[in-house]
Amino acid sequence: MVLRSPLPVRLPALPGVGFKPEHFDDILADRPFDGFFEVHAENYMGAGGPPHARLGRLRRNHALSLHGVGLSIGGADPLDREHLARLKALCDRYEPESFSEHLAWSTHAGAFLNDLLPLPYTAETLDRVVAHVAQTQDALGRRMLLENPATYVAFAESDIPETAFLAAVARRAGCGLLLDLDNVLVSATNHGTSPEAWLDAFPLADVGEIHLAGHAETTDDAGAPLLIDAHGAVVPDPVWALYRRVLRRAGPLPTLIEWDNDVPAWPALRAEAERARGLLVAAAHDEAA
Amino acid sequence: MSAAVQSRFAAALRDPAAALPPDLALSRGRVPERRFVVYRNNVAASLRAALETRFPASRRIVGEAFFAELAGAYARAHPPRSALMMAYGDGLADFAAAVPALASAAYVADVMRIEAARTRAYHAADAEPLGPERFAAMRPEELQRLRITLHPSLEIVRSAYPALTIWAMNAGERDLAPIVDWSPEDALVVRPALDVVVRRLPAGGAAFLGALAAGMTLGTAARLAAGNDAGFDLTLNLAGLIGAGLVVAMTAARPRRGGRAP
Repeated sequence: MVLRSPLPVRLPALPGVGFKPEHFDDILADRPFDGFFEVHAENYMGAGGPPHARLGRLRRNHALSLHGVGLSIGGADPLDREHLARLKALCDRYEPESFSEHLAWSTHAGAFLNDLLPLPYTAETLDRVVAHVAQTQDALGRRMLLENPATYVAFAESDIPETAFLAAVARRAGCGLLLDLDNVLVSATNHGTSPEAWLDAFPLADVGEIHLAGHAETTDDAGAPLLIDAHGAVVPDPVWALYRRVLRRAGPLPTLIEWDNDVPAWPALRAEAERARGLLVAAAHDEAA
Repeated sequence: MSAAVQSRFAAALRDPAAALPPDLALSRGRVPERRFVVYRNNVAASLRAALETRFPASRRIVGEAFFAELAGAYARAHPPRSALMMAYGDGLADFAAAVPALASAAYVADVMRIEAARTRAYHAADAEPLGPERFAAMRPEELQRLRITLHPSLEIVRSAYPALTIWAMNAGERDLAPIVDWSPEDALVVRPALDVVVRRLPAGGAAFLGALAAGMTLGTAARLAAGNDAGFDLTLNLAGLIGAGLVVAMTAARPRRGGRAP
C-alpha cells in the first residue's frame, strides 16, 4: 500500500457560509465574520460587473471556497473543455483555498440539465470518475474536493457501496472529499440505510470540508419518508448529531452552512454558522485535551 | 455509467409522459416513480426559475401562468447548452416572437430583448468610461476625426413598438399608465459602472452608435445618422455619448487625404 500524506486542508477549520448577494451590505456592516465564504463557481463566470466587485471585496478578508455545480464529473460524456477553462480562469482570478464539485452528472449529449443527477456505482463508472477528477485537477493545477451526493433513486447495476466508491476515487485520483452531512442523512433515509454506518465506512481522513444544510420531507410511492436536498431550511438536529460524531472522530474541519433557497436574513444565517463555530471550538479543545 | 443508462435516464427526465428508465433499483419492492419525479421536477422547475428570474417584466406582462407555459416549451425546445445559466434565455425573445398566442402582443419579444441585454450588461467586462474633460478641449475638427471604443456592456435594442416604455412600466421603473404615444423606441442598455442603465436613444441615436461601433469616425457616424433620421441632433447625441459614459477609449484618425474614405 502506498503511504499517502494527509490532504492539505487549505480552508481554515472555521465556519463558512454560502455567500448570497443580498447579504453583502449586511456582512460589511456587521462585526467581522471570522470564517470563509463559498460561492457557486458558475455564478461568477461573467467577465465583470457587480458579482466580481462583491466577491473581490469579500475575498480581501476571507478565505474562499469555489463550489462547482456544472462540471458533470459523474457523466458518461467527456468533460466540457470550455467549462474547465472557465473554472481555471476563475481559480486564477481568485486563488481560492478550495475548489469542489459533485459526484453527479448534469450534462447529457450537450444539453445542461441544471440538476445533480445520480450515477450507478460500478467499476466502469469508477474508472470514468477517476479520469474526470484527474483531468479536472490537471486542468486547474490544483487538488479538488469531491462531494457525496443526495440521491432519491438507486441503480440496479450498482455493485460498489457509495463510501467505497468515494474512497477509491480519492485514492486513485488523489483528490480530497467534501462531506455533506445532510446528503448523508437524505440518502440513508431515502434508501433505508444507516447514516452512522455510512459515516463509519467513509474515509474521514480525506475530508477537506463539511457541508451542513437543511432538507425538505415528503413520502415516496410506498409511503416511506423521502427527504429532498432542498438547502432551504435550518440545519436539523439529526444533521447536527452527525456533525458532532464526525468532529469527535476527525477533529475540527472547515464547515459550511449551505442555504440556497428561501434564504434568511444575514443574522439568521450567521447564527447557524456561529452554532457550528461552538462545536468546532469544543472539538479543538477535546483534541488538545 | 454506460452511456445507454444515462441516455435512458435523460430521456425520461425531459418527457413527463415517458416511462421510468428500466435501470432503477426497486425501492422497498416498488418502482420508484415518485422518487424519479423529484429529478424530473428539479430539472423543469430550475430551468423555468432561471427564465423567470431573468425576464420578470415580460412575465408580468403575459402573466405567470402563460410565462410558465412559455418557459417550459422553450426549455424543452432549447435546453441550455452550457452550465452558464446566466446566459440561458438569450434566445427566448426569438422563440416568443414565433408563438401564435403572442402575435397580438408582438412588443413582448422586444421587452424580452431588453431584459436579456440587461443581464448581459450586468455580467459584461468592466471598463472605466472616459470623463467629459477628455473631450472638453477638443476642436470640432479633432472631434470629427475621433474613432471611439464603446463600453463593452453597451447594447441597443431597436423596437417597432414603445418597448422601452412598456418594459419600464412593468419593471417598476415607471408608473403604469396608458401609452398615448404608441411609437417605435430604441433602447440603450449599458453598465458604465456597477448599475445597468436603460434609457431611450434620441432620433438617429441607434444609427450613430452603430456606426461608431463599426469603427467609423465621429464625423462619418454623424453624417450617416443624419441621413438615416432627419431629426438627428449631433449636440444632443454627443452629450449622451460622453455624459452617459459610453466611451472607454478613443483614437484620432489621420486627416483625410486625396478623397480616400475615412
